[in-house]
Amino acid sequence: MTGRQRLPGQRPLLRTLLVAAGWTVVALAGTFALDPFRNYQLALVAAYLCATAGLTVLVGATGQLSLGHAALMAVGGYGFALTTNALPFGGIPAFVLALLAGVLASAVVGLLLGLAAARLSGPYLAGLTLAVVVALPAVASTWSTVLHGDQGVQIPFEGVPDGLRRVVALEQWQAMVAVLVTAAVVTSLTVLRGGRFGLRMLAVRDDEVAARLSGIPAGRVKVLAFTASSAAAGVGGAVLCFVAQAVSPGAYTVGFSLLLVVAVVIGGLGSILGAALGSVVIVLLPWLIGRLTSNLPADAAQRLDGNLAVLVFGLLLITVMAVAPHGLHGALVARRRRTTPDVPRPTAEPAPRKVLVPTEEQR
Amino acid sequence: MDRLVFLLGTGLARGAVLALFALALVLIWRGARVVNFAQGAMAVVSTYVAFEVTSLTGSYWLGLLAALLAGGLLGFAVERGVMRFASPVSPLSGVILAIGLVMVLQSALGIVFGPDYRPMRVPFDDTAIVVGGVPLLSPYDLFVLVVAVVVMAALAVLFRWTSLGLQMRAAAFAPEVSRLLGVRVSRTVTVGWVLSSVVGSLAALLLVPTSLGLNPHATDSLFVLGFTVAVVGGLDSPVGALVGGVVVGVAMSLVTGYLGAGLVPIAVLVLLVLVLLLRPAGLFAAAEARRA
Amino acid sequence: MSQRSRSVALIATTALVAAGLAACSTPEPSPGISEDTVTVGTHTPLTGPAAAGYSSISAATKAYFDYVNDNGGINGRSIEYIVKDDGYNPATTSTVVRELVQEDEVFAVINGLGTPTHSAVVDYLNENDVPDLFVASGSPKWDQPGTFPNTFAYNANYIVEAKALATYAQETWPDKTFCVLGQDDDFGTDFTTGLVQVLGADGLASTQTYSVSVQDVVAQIGAMQAAGCEVNFLATVNGFTALALGTAAKMKYGAQWVSSSSGGDYPTLVGYLGEDVAPLLLQGFVSSNYLPFSPDDEWVTLFQEINDQYNDGAPFSGNTVYGMSVGYLFAQALAKAGDDPTRESLLDALEVGALTGNGIVPLGFSKDSHAAFEGVGITVVDEGVQDYVDGQIYTTDAGNGPVEPYTGEAVALEGDGIPTA
Repeated sequence: MTGRQRLPGQRPLLRTLLVAAGWTVVALAGTFALDPFRNYQLALVAAYLCATAGLTVLVGATGQLSLGHAALMAVGGYGFALTTNALPFGGIPAFVLALLAGVLASAVVGLLLGLAAARLSGPYLAGLTLAVVVALPAVASTWSTVLHGDQGVQIPFEGVPDGLRRVVALEQWQAMVAVLVTAAVVTSLTVLRGGRFGLRMLAVRDDEVAARLSGIPAGRVKVLAFTASSAAAGVGGAVLCFVAQAVSPGAYTVGFSLLLVVAVVIGGLGSILGAALGSVVIVLLPWLIGRLTSNLPADAAQRLDGNLAVLVFGLLLITVMAVAPHGLHGALVARRRRTTPDVPRPTAEPAPRKVLVPTEEQR
Repeated sequence: MDRLVFLLGTGLARGAVLALFALALVLIWRGARVVNFAQGAMAVVSTYVAFEVTSLTGSYWLGLLAALLAGGLLGFAVERGVMRFASPVSPLSGVILAIGLVMVLQSALGIVFGPDYRPMRVPFDDTAIVVGGVPLLSPYDLFVLVVAVVVMAALAVLFRWTSLGLQMRAAAFAPEVSRLLGVRVSRTVTVGWVLSSVVGSLAALLLVPTSLGLNPHATDSLFVLGFTVAVVGGLDSPVGALVGGVVVGVAMSLVTGYLGAGLVPIAVLVLLVLVLLLRPAGLFAAAEARRA
Repeated sequence: MSQRSRSVALIATTALVAAGLAACSTPEPSPGISEDTVTVGTHTPLTGPAAAGYSSISAATKAYFDYVNDNGGINGRSIEYIVKDDGYNPATTSTVVRELVQEDEVFAVINGLGTPTHSAVVDYLNENDVPDLFVASGSPKWDQPGTFPNTFAYNANYIVEAKALATYAQETWPDKTFCVLGQDDDFGTDFTTGLVQVLGADGLASTQTYSVSVQDVVAQIGAMQAAGCEVNFLATVNGFTALALGTAAKMKYGAQWVSSSSGGDYPTLVGYLGEDVAPLLLQGFVSSNYLPFSPDDEWVTLFQEINDQYNDGAPFSGNTVYGMSVGYLFAQALAKAGDDPTRESLLDALEVGALTGNGIVPLGFSKDSHAAFEGVGITVVDEGVQDYVDGQIYTTDAGNGPVEPYTGEAVALEGDGIPTA
């Protein structure tokens, strides 16, 4: 270990920024090497990562599970789409304004939900947020003059900016934008969690009474954490809307909300790198399974299509919770610890106090 | 006035089914401190068993019996096979395992039976009895109400007056102390799961014939409504589940009748938020706690 | 290893993997046409809550293409049909359609199903000059040649259907009270708009809506009963048509039901209601259709044979006829697009009005109109048989144009049902 002495959970800002810049450069360079469909998938991964990173920080740092992050993404998407359509000009300024509007909308909804969430424990909050996703289509059709019901809101097609048109294709441009926006979100979340606020969240999660006694406003910390997580999900929805040029309630179903939970759990709760791995898995696995089943006879393919991916995700969820509660990232860390000779092997693994609490090593 | 009577009658019949389903959630919460998010998916599996057995034998009652047995077995299997991995200190791991189970069960049903709706029949006349020009409850609705009340009464007797019931309550409230006092906690937890799964299956069996038909997603909205009922009544309170069921059933019926069907999911959300903010432990939790 | 060098190693590995993936993907120039094959694709719900009833359409289309391929194909090319499941989720539609266009490199997308789902890709397909043929939805949106030059509709649109049904109802039951039960989306609103065009602003005594997420219409049917409704129009999907009729029967409410073609398919309704009660509940049930559906029709006979031979004898319903008719229409377009079809020649064949299809009214495709059927016939169920009412075919437009009776002939079957140039 290098660096100055620091409290558990804290990390130097400079290192965070350097790592973030490294990943961003790799991802941006990667877009040049990918074909249009891969770039589209990369943009999807990036958009999902905004939401899953927000979710994993929420669960890992405060112990609150939201099944409603799909709805929060939808709020961001609607904010983005409605603002885009209302603005008299297009281009990058419109994109930035619409993105900010999307984030603001989802943050406000997140704040309201967070006020309720602060008073609720695990299963109650999960049920409440589930009801939010279930109500989304009803909200869209009740206020259909603005939200256009099941149909959703479409935004005008916007191509690659003139200066870049010769160099990059449309899908690549969309992937690059998605990567840049996601990098900003993930970096902010990492900085937020690595700083004072992160320590407060951990304190509240581990022992709310003790935290209150030490002068930490536990309620406010929980509300803020939920709001930040919602804002991140809103960015994801806005990016998705930018890529698909549409937002509609049918895209943000309970099934999709559960998929976000799958990504966060199999990646390792609380780990942002895990959320990234999880996002890759939820984008690539259905596609891979679709490729495999396409060679089957039509009847079998019809039955397996879609269902098989959900089946695998369900099994993964159960297996990960049963065998490796720290997820993919946790398993990688554990493996490395065993195989790297220069780290002394601990004689006995210290039993984690809470199964779902990630260790310092994992973050 | 006629319209109000009609809507109240409809709401009552729906509420009875919701109450039964909520009761299943309450049973597991009391027994194992887990909100079983897979309750709906488990119940739909039992309903498919009922459908298949009834198609084979032609008897509704054999199908019902088979489904209740299947429900019990499924409850046992889920508790022993999946839920024992839930961490005792984190309520989230139980929720996540249950979500995994929902995905597995629904997709497996989709692969085996396909997405089509299958019609289910009931052995009763389900046309409404018309009183003064207003169609009120049908004999089938009355059957549902009677079943709901009988099951609730039976469970109340079980918890209040039998040794097993007392052990279950003790094990749920203070597992460590109960263990020291000789209660076989793991057994009482298993019994709770089996009972709950049977009751949940019964609720789905009663509901599906009145809806579009049987489909892997037939109980999706039942779960959300049942959860709302359980929260309104208090997750700890069987009496609360009954009252909550009637409240939510009637409220839904009134919203649909006077405001429009599209508003029902929003009304459910509003009700849930209000109850959780004003009385997070449910309308009946305080009374129960004092008695306990 | 220190944390920093670990991060660096991880980033470097990822970069290498990404570069490897990129090397695997090689773009091809010609989209979907080879010496002896034409590859086309579709998006449709096969799984999820909305899948019920729809999965039989793409299976029927595929069966028809198999029949064509076994008989020499079109201009010597066999048709490969790639069906992608989108679960009726617009986000998934975006993904699978990009996959069809970019990975499978299809020649055209045909019969993409659903208004919200297809809306998510209509821009993309037009931007990329991919023919977007015969959209499976009755929204007026697909008939905009100026905005979406590559997009062609298939279904008769909801407004046209509603105007025809309302005209028939007004002529048949002039003194009855009319009401409507509609889905709470574009389908219900467009259909109700069409009804009001014909019946007038105060022509409907009660307008009820339902939401697909609530499978209970007792309150709505109760309101219609209380309002004294005698003829009820339905802008419902098949499941909710069945639910509405079943609910009314339970409430001892007898009414005349008049349904859009989207929810009026007799065999599908029997599946929901059960074979024992369906003929009773559906006696006199009125609906509309634009495809051959009489039991003794030569098209229906041919499609039944194809269904037995190439579709494992799957239940034969309106969806089967629909799927095969779409297949026939595409085969016809391909045949007319020349020996070496291109995307341009395919679209040209459609716009010069060379296609006849196999409907009971002629197709309306031209340079200025991308709407397929601008008229419908009226069907009635009698003793378990759904058939057209003689002489009750109406043509009209989606605006406020008049509804006129159509007296022409339905398109006759030629040869073995495989189109030629």
